Amino acid sequence: MIRKPREINEQTPWQELTVGGEIAEGGTSAATMTGEWRSNRPVWVWDKCKQCLLCAPFCPDSSIPVKDGKRMAFDYDHCKGCGICYKICPFSAIEFIKEGEQA
Amino acid sequence: MNKITEIRWHGRGGQGAKTACLLLADVAFTAGKYVQGFPEYGPERMGAPITAYNRISDERCTVHSNIYTPDYVVVVDETLLEAVDVTAGLKEEGAIVINSSKDPEELKPLLRGYKGGVFTIDARSVSEKNLGKYFPNTPMLAAIVKVSRVLDEDQFVADMEDSFSHKFASKPQVIEGNMNCLKDALKEVKGA
Amino acid sequence: MSIKERMSGNEAVAYAMKQIEPDVFAAFPITPSTEIPQYFAQYVADGKVSTEFVTVESEHSSMSACMGAEAAGCRAVTATSSAGLAFMYEMLYVVASSRLPVTLACVNRALTGPININNDHSDSMGARDSGWIQIYAENNQEAYDNYLQAMRIAERADVRLPIMVCQDGFITSHAVENILLENDEKVKKFVGEYRPENYLLNSERPYAVGPYDTCPYYMEHKVQQAEAMKNAKQAILDVAADFEKTFGRSYGLIEKYKMDDAEAALVLIGSTAGTAKACIDDMRSRGMKVGLVKIRAFRPFPGEEIAAALEGVKAVAVMDKSEGFTGCGGPVYSETAAACIAMENIPVMIDVVYGLGGRDCRVEDIERVYNHLFEIISTGERGPVYIHMGQRSNEKEVL
Repeated sequence: MIRKPREINEQTPWQELTVGGEIAEGGTSAATMTGEWRSNRPVWVWDKCKQCLLCAPFCPDSSIPVKDGKRMAFDYDHCKGCGICYKICPFSAIEFIKEGEQA
Repeated sequence: MNKITEIRWHGRGGQGAKTACLLLADVAFTAGKYVQGFPEYGPERMGAPITAYNRISDERCTVHSNIYTPDYVVVVDETLLEAVDVTAGLKEEGAIVINSSKDPEELKPLLRGYKGGVFTIDARSVSEKNLGKYFPNTPMLAAIVKVSRVLDEDQFVADMEDSFSHKFASKPQVIEGNMNCLKDALKEVKGA
Repeated sequence: MSIKERMSGNEAVAYAMKQIEPDVFAAFPITPSTEIPQYFAQYVADGKVSTEFVTVESEHSSMSACMGAEAAGCRAVTATSSAGLAFMYEMLYVVASSRLPVTLACVNRALTGPININNDHSDSMGARDSGWIQIYAENNQEAYDNYLQAMRIAERADVRLPIMVCQDGFITSHAVENILLENDEKVKKFVGEYRPENYLLNSERPYAVGPYDTCPYYMEHKVQQAEAMKNAKQAILDVAADFEKTFGRSYGLIEKYKMDDAEAALVLIGSTAGTAKACIDDMRSRGMKVGLVKIRAFRPFPGEEIAAALEGVKAVAVMDKSEGFTGCGGPVYSETAAACIAMENIPVMIDVVYGLGGRDCRVEDIERVYNHLFEIISTGERGPVYIHMGQRSNEKEVL
């Protein structure tokens, strides 16, 4: 049986890797915590937000989840802190601060 | 020793020398022989001189080179006699068959001193008489079978009839014309 | 019972494809392999096969289409030659490293330039390190038989590598010769169905192919690939054994012809083997101890088998039908020489580069090579090692 990605890491010998690096699962990018790469962080100022939903499609990392026609809190596990949402928000409802600082 | 009959065809691109060569391979195969039929390839150029080859034998011939010392040569277009050294390497105990309305004696001066058999067949008139059009293949095929005796003549006629009736199953009127073409050609080969 | 027929090498391969009925044929024509998709297109038009015939706009695309189809779980095939193979180059490596057992009918033609349409092996020799299995045919029969065996070799779980089934352009691809064909049912049963463990169209088990490979993984994946190529040797032998049991014709990694007591031997690939056999029969009838090692599988390279076959031979000419521009010999020579280094008594060995761009090789040419080997044996002088044969020259050439 082909190994799942979670059963493989940088210590796995060649005999136990999947053939040709094939990946036996879908949506595996969710398992990679790209949020760790972030040095700046967007902060959602919810009381200024008009729910225009411009930010969600602009996010290159799908880190602004939308549910029932409304945006939800940032997915900080995957947000890389690029700041695009902060730039395009027409209502200044997203602040952009240094990682580690408080809003 | 495996006796191999080697035949070289000279024609012009588009005249069907390759097709005739493959037809000969076909009919020799039907007669139970081992065959090779292959053209010498270059870019497709209508009218340019082309060469094709046959090897016919009772055991498989494994040689995969062109033929340099053929037993027989077939010239599908008379105008090639001046342009191409058609008798190059041709064995003296063999023969050359030329598509021409002329007598073999008239053509001998063009054959660079070749001393073997020289035969002609007027493929144009045989074809035009029986098919109403100029298709030199069938008469040339019949002529080389007749001259080379590589196949039994009666068997050849029977096999060709069988082959034509499969090939032209949807156009039976063509079968008779082609068969007449074949039989006439067998009769009208001139020379020795 | 085999069916006695006569057909060209191209038609034989197209016929094998028809009998196997692959799921996808990605087609782009190039001389001299054009007839293969041409015949096959007729089978498709006549409703004789249910294959998806994809007419693409280039060979890069045909190989890409094969890759996608094979990853999806299909059996995918294509055919090409020369510049067409060169245009597939990147995809050849991607398909091999993705471990997708695509089957490619390669009709060998000189790889430009100057531009030339005739036969030599420079196209597939250029792709020899791309990770594809390569098997070569001497004639139309072998082209057909090799094609029937190809998929079972390539698809085996411990192999999973793409396979190139090669034959000599025009020399065998366009030559009509006698051939034994097998009946459709027996062929289908022999080749079997393609059942990969994982495939993209399996919605039950999501799966991804061909990801970026970071440094901590790349080396491991290359070792896997190298191991698979080693395994391909046994796969070729096993499939050949079953082929012989089923159809009666015998194949191996190499073919030895009159090698038992041979003093002078040739090592070569492809249709020239037939010409060499005729020469050997003739020379043997005059008492000369000559033999031939024909390489059928060039990838994986049967080094041990060649060395074993050359045991006891005094002089060997390796004949390369491609110029490697190494300055010291063609690829078949380099690899044969390397394979023989472990022999106890290494025969004197030379390289003869011949037949480039369709330069004909006759029985007399082969005899000249043998005679040269006997001269080396009798004088004990090896002379030049890297020789070209068949070219016009102002000087007296070695051959």
